[in-house]
Amino acid sequence: MYDVLIIGSGGAGLSAALAARDTGAKVAVLGKNYPTRSQTSMAQGGINAALGHVTPDSVQSHIADTLKSADTLGDEKRISRLCEKGPDAMKWLDRLGTPFSRLEDGRVAQRRLGGAAAARACYAQDYTGLKILHTLYDNTLKSEVEFLDEYFLLNFIVEESRVLGVTAIEMKSGEVKAIGAKSIVIASGGYSGLYRGFTTNSVATTGDGIAAAIRAGCVLGDMEFIQFHPTALEKSGILISESARGAGGKLLDGAGERFVDELKPRDVVAKAIWEKIESGESVYLDIRHLGEEFIEENLPQERKLARFYEGVDPVKDLIPIKPVAHYTMGGIEVDESHMSAVDGLFAAGECANAHVHGANRLGGNSLLETIVFGREAGENAAAFAKAHGEVKPASSEQFEKDRNFVAAIGHFTNQIDFYEKREFMGKIFYRNVGIIRNEMGLKGVLSVIRQMQKELPFMGIADKSKECNTNLTDFIEFGNMVELAEVVLIAAIGRNESRGAHQREDFPKKDDEKFAGVHSLAWKEAGTLCNEFKGLA
Amino acid sequence: MKIRIRRYHAMRKPSSVVQEWEIPDGLTLLEALAWIKEKKDPTLTFRSGCRSSVCGSCSVRVNGKERLACGYKPKEGDLVEPIRFAPILKDLMVDQKAAFDTLKRAKTWLESFRSDAVVTPKEEKRTELQSDCILCHSCYSACPVYESDAQFLGPFALTRDWRYIADPREGEPMGKIEAIQAKGVWDCTLCGECTAVCPQGIDPKSDILMLRTKSVQSGYNDPNMEQFGSFGLDF
Repeated sequence: MYDVLIIGSGGAGLSAALAARDTGAKVAVLGKNYPTRSQTSMAQGGINAALGHVTPDSVQSHIADTLKSADTLGDEKRISRLCEKGPDAMKWLDRLGTPFSRLEDGRVAQRRLGGAAAARACYAQDYTGLKILHTLYDNTLKSEVEFLDEYFLLNFIVEESRVLGVTAIEMKSGEVKAIGAKSIVIASGGYSGLYRGFTTNSVATTGDGIAAAIRAGCVLGDMEFIQFHPTALEKSGILISESARGAGGKLLDGAGERFVDELKPRDVVAKAIWEKIESGESVYLDIRHLGEEFIEENLPQERKLARFYEGVDPVKDLIPIKPVAHYTMGGIEVDESHMSAVDGLFAAGECANAHVHGANRLGGNSLLETIVFGREAGENAAAFAKAHGEVKPASSEQFEKDRNFVAAIGHFTNQIDFYEKREFMGKIFYRNVGIIRNEMGLKGVLSVIRQMQKELPFMGIADKSKECNTNLTDFIEFGNMVELAEVVLIAAIGRNESRGAHQREDFPKKDDEKFAGVHSLAWKEAGTLCNEFKGLA
Repeated sequence: MKIRIRRYHAMRKPSSVVQEWEIPDGLTLLEALAWIKEKKDPTLTFRSGCRSSVCGSCSVRVNGKERLACGYKPKEGDLVEPIRFAPILKDLMVDQKAAFDTLKRAKTWLESFRSDAVVTPKEEKRTELQSDCILCHSCYSACPVYESDAQFLGPFALTRDWRYIADPREGEPMGKIEAIQAKGVWDCTLCGECTAVCPQGIDPKSDILMLRTKSVQSGYNDPNMEQFGSFGLDF
């Protein structure tokens, strides 16, 4: 029995683990990958904190920029707390030994990212997420956090609206296990994986924790808001960091002309690029004028990626780019303490909707959220565990159901290839649930997704072995993706306006009268998906 | 194009076989593995993640050399095998627990924060490359010391110790220096295989040399030299 069990081992999960451990709690981190392989490792640009090391800055300015980008869907109180705690988060990361890039006088270096009024993003070359993640991991070893590596989450065990543990597949043995905990923090990342083939994200970003959360009785919110990163490599969808534009990189169309202010928020830039591409033009990122020395010092990873995956050298060539799914603003609805609708079940990081990104996330705010809210969630979960103590599940129903389900998958008929369906889902999501949406396209995709739900029993697996069955976990991931796809579509169909990352061709204007401050919510009742727009006039 | 993959399954006889696959041109090795799994044989088992050489999940051996599958373009006839010195679980997937545990044994963290430390860009640059490590375990697999000593701390754990020892913010480096005396810095043969395979261009060999100097400065001796010196002086 753990005091605090954490699902996911990225920035939010490890921050929560360290914070919970600091209170003396018995803490374990469960993840489907080894800890340092999380999505956080891919964050390049930086972590925002109004330190004003390079240009004048203030917490108020950080709050104002974040609120503006959230476009009425940000909660001012929580955004204020996030921004106020930015400088403290940086102090904490420094104490842990994070190797940030530095200014001559030894202070942490900062750079300007899109939508920010100041150079606010602290960075470690273009490996900011990697270096934060690895430093956090080293510290979890020091604080003796336990790890349940390569455990694949199935479901939360919930009785009388209190979480009591999880069921998971221990991948090495293939056994389904029930793991008890007094409190749980979900830190399992987002759902950009729905756009398979058209996302900057790791192949693991399939929203497993969010899907398990809605099955457990949590409410999901703002799921229609998915941020597209303007500059991914054309062929592979691999990310070229926003810092390339922050440093002066230009966007050029087929004629070699600039067509958008490169430092506008991501939704604006992505839309401008999408329109060019839709009209048949290619779009390029140009950083040649920055010079080889600057590129080697500040954007070495970008150069390496462009050379290998696209076959161009940014020092002398244009980089062909396209916008792809990058970050999911929606997620598990949490209260001020980061607790979901289920008692003792907390969520932090990209899987949560803490109402700080709203309709559009600012670069540098997601790493900040993982650290600040991850730590808060860890502390609060530990406090919950202490206050409410241990409750043993009255029945083993969830465990037996999940064990039987996993065993049954091996007997599914496997007449329909789910890998093919997964690829298809990525394509139709990108085309129709992407940067520009309309009702017809969204409804078309919804009917396909509902068909896929019906077809799941006719899909299945070819690998029948118990141990390390990644064919099985791929299939369960796909089930989670189908579950979340429906939630995203229903929210996107219902929001008849254009706001932030949700742009409707058939409703091109922002409708503040109807939708300002209105959040889409989704939950399940007796297995049926329910939804509402909270506060819709 | 044809590539060969060494498959492993404990329950099959023989447990290890080499299979040949025809794959489309122009893919990375990771894309080729995914293509085989999704289109031809869903039982093929390997790890993958970011696809862009930063998460460290997909290291394998190609023709005896460690590579990130996502950062390598296959060539005709390549033989793809799992990385070494870790029990094979299935196909290209190995149990990496023991290798990860070297970090804890080597105490790879900042033990005590010095609040008066000033980290200038010059100081930060000293270990910038070392902190680029993605823990892909390529160096671990390439290290010949593991052929005879499974308890060796190994290249990535030692490099990470150096990254913290050389950090001006570290107030108590001695715990780490002590932790690397047995099965650590003196057991390395300085062959440089680790350096040759690192996808991040890190040079554990030179970090280990720095750690040796630091060890001597801290009052530790090369245990091999002690034995050697006693009869060496007779000449």
